[in-house]
Amino acid sequence: MRLKLVPDETTWDFFRHARLTFGASVVAVIVSVFLFLSMGLNFGIDFRGGTTIRTDAEQAVDVGAYRDAIAPLGLGDVSITQVFDPARPDLNVTQIRIEAQEGVESVSETTVAAVRDALQAVDPSLTFQEVSSVGPKVSGELIKAAVYAVLAAMGAVLVYIWLRFEWQFSVGAVAALVHDVLITIGVFSLLQIKFDLAIIAALLTIVGYSLNDTVVVFDRLRENLRKYKKMELREVMNLSVNETLSRTVMTSFTTLLALLALYFLGGDVIRGFVFAMIMGVVIGTYSSVFVAKNIVLFLGVKRDWSKTDASKGNQYANIDA
Amino acid sequence: MLNIPLWKRVVIVGLVALGLLFAMPNAFYSRVEGHNDAVAAIEGGAESPELTAMEGAWPGWLPSSLVNLGLDLRGGAHLLAEVHLEDVYASRIDALWPEVRDALRDQRATVGTIRQQNSAPGELRVRISNPEGIAAAVQAVQALAQPIVSLTGVGERDLAVRSEGADVVVTLSEAEQLATDQRTMQQTLEIIRRRVDEVGTREPTIQRQGNDRVLIQVPGIGSAEELKALIGTTAQLTFHPVVSQTRDGSQDPGGRNVIYPDLEDPELFYILERTPVVTGEELTDAQPSFDQNGLPAVNFRFNVSGARKFGDYTAENIGSPFAIVLDGEVISAPVIRDHIPGGSGIISGNFTVEESTQLAVLLRAGALPAELTFLEERTIGPELGQDSIDAGKIACIVAFAGVLVFMALSYGWFGILANIALILNVGMIFGLLSMIGATLTLPGIAGIVLTIGMAVDANVLIFERIREELKSAKGPARAIELGYERAQSAIVDANITTFLTAVILFVMGSGPVRGFAVTLGLGILTSVFTAIFVTRLMVVIWMERRRPKTIEV
Repeated sequence: MRLKLVPDETTWDFFRHARLTFGASVVAVIVSVFLFLSMGLNFGIDFRGGTTIRTDAEQAVDVGAYRDAIAPLGLGDVSITQVFDPARPDLNVTQIRIEAQEGVESVSETTVAAVRDALQAVDPSLTFQEVSSVGPKVSGELIKAAVYAVLAAMGAVLVYIWLRFEWQFSVGAVAALVHDVLITIGVFSLLQIKFDLAIIAALLTIVGYSLNDTVVVFDRLRENLRKYKKMELREVMNLSVNETLSRTVMTSFTTLLALLALYFLGGDVIRGFVFAMIMGVVIGTYSSVFVAKNIVLFLGVKRDWSKTDASKGNQYANIDA
Repeated sequence: MLNIPLWKRVVIVGLVALGLLFAMPNAFYSRVEGHNDAVAAIEGGAESPELTAMEGAWPGWLPSSLVNLGLDLRGGAHLLAEVHLEDVYASRIDALWPEVRDALRDQRATVGTIRQQNSAPGELRVRISNPEGIAAAVQAVQALAQPIVSLTGVGERDLAVRSEGADVVVTLSEAEQLATDQRTMQQTLEIIRRRVDEVGTREPTIQRQGNDRVLIQVPGIGSAEELKALIGTTAQLTFHPVVSQTRDGSQDPGGRNVIYPDLEDPELFYILERTPVVTGEELTDAQPSFDQNGLPAVNFRFNVSGARKFGDYTAENIGSPFAIVLDGEVISAPVIRDHIPGGSGIISGNFTVEESTQLAVLLRAGALPAELTFLEERTIGPELGQDSIDAGKIACIVAFAGVLVFMALSYGWFGILANIALILNVGMIFGLLSMIGATLTLPGIAGIVLTIGMAVDANVLIFERIREELKSAKGPARAIELGYERAQSAIVDANITTFLTAVILFVMGSGPVRGFAVTLGLGILTSVFTAIFVTRLMVVIWMERRRPKTIEV
């Protein structure tokens, strides 16, 4: 007896609710862009400069008292948040973020020392576990490098899939990627989770992962297009997704299993990072089943691989996805 | 396909064994680390029974390279510094004045008297009293320029001389600025390395980044402040003739002079000649010591040319004061009582013992050629690192167990084979990481956990395919063969695309992003290898032994 997440034979029609699913994706992307533009991302110091301090104390944290202690130092906008880790209820950890100071590249020792003295007056057992300071000069460059990295990754993918498949596939795959990345950014804007360099790494992994899924479906589609030359494109797609569904779900499940372990047990330092990945895996799996192939269907594919007549496949180009 | 030739089997098993062999030292981390430290100490000439015992704790013929733990796991300090390359232009140009003066004096008949003007840093401006002679003056100064010895600047000269009215303006030529930048960066890296080595921490990273930046990572140091105190001080020691003392810091010191504050008395300023008599570059040694009053001080000794300059100057200027300047502050300004021929001396200020020791270290390691600004600094406490390692370990184990159980439940015997491959896979990732001396960071651990999740993907693809092939009622051997064959293109395409993103992350990323890219990339390589070769070999061996009539995947 085997554990099966998906029945052996499925003949689900993944296009039956195409208007609904694809429409939902389009709406989600638009909402994400809107959220990003209106609320913006909660950029970490990597991207906007400033200082973060991670404090650890033996007594319970009193954020209000901390705030009152730091206020007289006149450091501008200081945000103090307590770190909650369900796996470690004994932690008394806070993250303090100080804005980049006017005309200073990175924060001076005296500022850090002043903050330490002020906080130790509140709680003598308090220690600084981590102090990070990034100057405005570097943070600007980091944003640029990050954006370039994401664009470069997408460009590389576009070219690779174009070489291995048809250009329609490559457009479909990249559309799915843009979909995944934008929705992830939208969720980060909505929940105002700290967005730093590590999140960019997570985004790029999402790019890789989502692609992994999409490529597997496309690979099967390519094979079936050769096998069933007379079948309608839409039917071939359904068949291909059904055939690979069991694998898609299995892999997503094992990956999610690993990520969930990391999310709950890996400590709060990388929780944001892991959260982005979990979202990416879920959205990526969805997009490879519901987004990428719809675009390919919309664009149409050359069906007869033995001849060079390119116009033949375009009879499907008008099908409304 | 079910007949794998013997040589292939040997290569597959050999590669796996090699990977595991290189991974093994990490299982005995502290013992191997002690061994490596002891070996280094013994090579350095140290000898003690404890060292020998530590060395013997790990056999020398086994691999002993370990996965380096990144700062976020071990604790330590990280600094990104920018080097003020223009500082060097300024000091180069300042040092040029005596030569320019002499060259123009030789032309006195045509250029008249000369006078150094106040000018922007990195620029020497000399006014001549006879403006008609400007062409001759420019020519005379131009004759001082030397050809540049560098790969790019062939045929160029090091000085750019132009005229502005009655002024001769001298700057470094563009080619010379480039060549100077290169030298400055090399010197800066070398001096930072020497200073960090003086405090003797393990495996510091000192790297040039881009045109004018240096990345410094020192594990195990208490804080970035400590590290900054060590490398942030330029430690430029110079000896200047004193022109006068003043209480007014904003006073104009005059063309060829500078005004520096006193180290002790904030009200007191010295006007000094800009060009030093001798600089700290000509020191051969500096040691902490005590002066005649028993106060902490630093003893120094010049090299031959420094000793001659120092000796000559003191012989000619007995009775006049003489300033010892460190990084633009006057430490002391004693009056020269006697000719000092031996080239050694003592600096006494109001030092504590720690300060004098630190100053001696800095002087010995040499001055930084240019000032540094810190753009980024991070300190990670060792406890946080340990917490992260512990949490990462638990997460790894749970993820591992979950995936193993799930695979066994889904694919039975084949799932167990895939699980063995997965364990080998993680072992090989560590082996590769150790082999290339990569650094494991917290995102790196995340990369490994993600690999655990994704590594089964290739096997899942194959197994699902075998299931499908079995449905079309082929024999088990044929189904397995077709399964592997037909799943291959999907595996290759899917992993190459992920690998591409890992490569881009590595090339464009920095710090934590890179650590993640390394483990992700290596994980893809090993997981494809184990899926296509290792599990296949296991399946084939199993088929040969059992020759099953039917299989269930």
